[in-house]
Amino acid sequence: MDKNRKVHQFKNPVLNWIEFRLPIISYFKKEYGDYPMPKNCNYFWSFGALATITLVTMIVSGIFLAMNYTPHTDMAFDSVERIMRDVNYGWLMRYIHSNGAAFFFIIVYIHIVRAMYFGSYKYPRELNWILGVFIFLLMMATSFLGYTLPWGQMSYWGATVITNLFSAIPFIGEGLKTWLLGDYNVGNATLNRFFALHYVLPFVIFGVVGLHVAAVHVHGSNNPDGIDIKTNNDSVNFFPYMLIKDTVAMCAFGVAISAVIFFGPNLMAEVDNYIPADPLVTPAHIVPNWYLAPFYAILRAVPDKLGGVLLMFGAIVILFVLPWLDRSKVRSCNYRPIYKWFMMGFFVNFFALGYVGMLPAEGLYLLIARVGLLYYFGFFFIITPFVGWIEKPSKLPLSISDVYAKNIAPNIGGGEKGIPSPAMQKDTNL
Amino acid sequence: MAKKPKNKRRDFLQLSTVTLGAVGTAAFIWPFLKSMSPAEDTLAAGSTEVDISAIEEGQSITIKWRGKPVFIKKRTKDEINAAKMVQASDLRDPQDDADRVQKEEWLVLVGVCTHLGCVPLGQKVSDMKGEYDGWYCPCHGSHYDTSGRIRKGPAPKNLDVPPYTFLNDNTIKIG
Repeated sequence: MDKNRKVHQFKNPVLNWIEFRLPIISYFKKEYGDYPMPKNCNYFWSFGALATITLVTMIVSGIFLAMNYTPHTDMAFDSVERIMRDVNYGWLMRYIHSNGAAFFFIIVYIHIVRAMYFGSYKYPRELNWILGVFIFLLMMATSFLGYTLPWGQMSYWGATVITNLFSAIPFIGEGLKTWLLGDYNVGNATLNRFFALHYVLPFVIFGVVGLHVAAVHVHGSNNPDGIDIKTNNDSVNFFPYMLIKDTVAMCAFGVAISAVIFFGPNLMAEVDNYIPADPLVTPAHIVPNWYLAPFYAILRAVPDKLGGVLLMFGAIVILFVLPWLDRSKVRSCNYRPIYKWFMMGFFVNFFALGYVGMLPAEGLYLLIARVGLLYYFGFFFIITPFVGWIEKPSKLPLSISDVYAKNIAPNIGGGEKGIPSPAMQKDTNL
Repeated sequence: MAKKPKNKRRDFLQLSTVTLGAVGTAAFIWPFLKSMSPAEDTLAAGSTEVDISAIEEGQSITIKWRGKPVFIKKRTKDEINAAKMVQASDLRDPQDDADRVQKEEWLVLVGVCTHLGCVPLGQKVSDMKGEYDGWYCPCHGSHYDTSGRIRKGPAPKNLDVPPYTFLNDNTIKIG
C-alpha cells in the first residue's frame, strides 16, 4: 500500500483514528462541507435534497407498514384496513406512504423541469442526467408495484392492464406476461412477488441516487445562468449555506405534505381502491395514478395495441438521449429566446396529457391526447435539434458574479431585459 | 519464439476457465428465472363443470375458470343470424361463427378483453353491449359482436374460446 498517502488531520483524535483507516471523514467534508455551490442557485436547486429526504421517508414508512401487511390475496385488503383501524398510528404510516409517493413524484417532476429548463443535462453532466432518468424509471416501477399491494379494485385492474402491456410484444409477449405474473392472470403469485420487488427496489433507487449525487459533485452543480464557476467568488460552501437553504425548503415541504396527510389524505386516492379486488368485475373507469397519467394518455391515444405500448415506453426512453438531441451549447433557457417558449410549451403539454389521461379516451379528450402526443415527440425529434441550430442565444454573463453586478447596477445602459436582443427580433420572423 | 506455445496454452486455460464460469453462472441463474413461471399447482388448476339447464334464451352467465371469467351465453335466433351474416374476411381477426361454437345456441368465451385484459360489459341486461350488440370493454372502448369477435376499438383479437365439451345436454365441462 501507499505509505506516502497524505492523511487529513483533524482536531478530534477519534476522527483521525477513523480517517487513517477509512478516509470517510475527509470524503464527507469534501462532498457535503466544502462542496462549492454556485451562489446564484435558487430554490429550484433544493428539490434534489427534498427528493432524497422523501425517499428516506418512503423507505422508513414502508418498512413499518410491511410489519403489519400480509401479501396474500385473501388477506391483503383486510390487513391494510387493519393498519388503518387497529394498528397504532397505522393510519399515519399509510397516509404518509401513499401521499409521500405522490409528493415524491411532484418533487421529482419539478427536479426534472429544472434540469430541462436550465440545461443541466448538457455537457459535462450527461451521465448524471441518464442516471436521473434511470431513477425516474425505477420510481415508476416501484410505485406501480406498490399500488397493487392494497388489493383493491384499482390495484387489481391497474396491475392487469399494465402487465398486459407486455403481451403486445410479438411472439414472446404472452409467455413473458405469464412469467412476470407467475400465473395466467394477476393472482396470489403476482401479489407475492410484487411485494418482494416493491420492498427491494427502493434500496436499488437509493444506490442509484448515490451515483447520481456522486456524478453531479464531479463537475459541480449547474445554476440558473448555466455558466461554470470560475473563481471562489462565484460559489458558496455547501455547509452551512446550502444546507440551511435546503432546510428552509424542507420546512415548506413539510407544511405542504402535512396539510394533505392530515386534512385531505384521500385527495389523490381512487375511491374504487376501497373496494376489494374482484377478478370478475372491471371498474367502469380505470385510471392510473395521476403521476403516471401523461404516459397513460399516450398509450390510449394510439389506436393500435403494440403501437400504443411502444410510444408509451418510447416517451420515457427518449429522455435518455435528450443531451444529444439538443445541439445548443447554451445551457440555460434564460439565454435561449426561442427554445424557452417551446420548453414551457412542453411542460404545459405534459400537464395537459396528464389531465386527459385521467379522463375517458373519447371525443375531445382523445383529440387533445393525440395533439399532445405529436407535440411531445415533435419537441424531442424536431424542435430541440432544429431550434438549437437556428437560434441565436442572448449574450451570456462573463461569470456568476457578473450576473449580480448587472442586477445591482441601475438600468442606465439598458439591461438585457430592456432592449430586445437580435435573437428576439429574429423570433418574429419565424 | 520458444515462448509462443506456452502463451497459447495459457490463453486456452484462461478462455476455458472464463467460458466454464459463464456457463456455470447461467446454469445457476436458470432455476431462479424458472421459479417465476407458474407453479405446478397453478398449472393443475384444471377444469370446471357447469350446469347450463337453467339458462334461458338470450341469457348469459359468468363463471370462474382458472381465475378468469368465462361467459356462457344461450344466444337468440337473431343473435345467431347476426353472427352468421358477417363475412369473415371483413374482420380484423377473421373467423366464422361456426368455428367459434360447437352448438349454435351456446357461445362460450373467456371474458377477458384481448387488449389489456379488462372484463367486457354485456353480461347483464342493463349493461352496455357496444355497437354490435355483443360485449363492450369499458377500459379502452373495444366492441365485440354476438360471436365475441372484435369489431371496433383497440383490441387486436377476438375473445378467446376456451376448450370445452358437452358432457350431456345440460352440462358443459370447461378445460
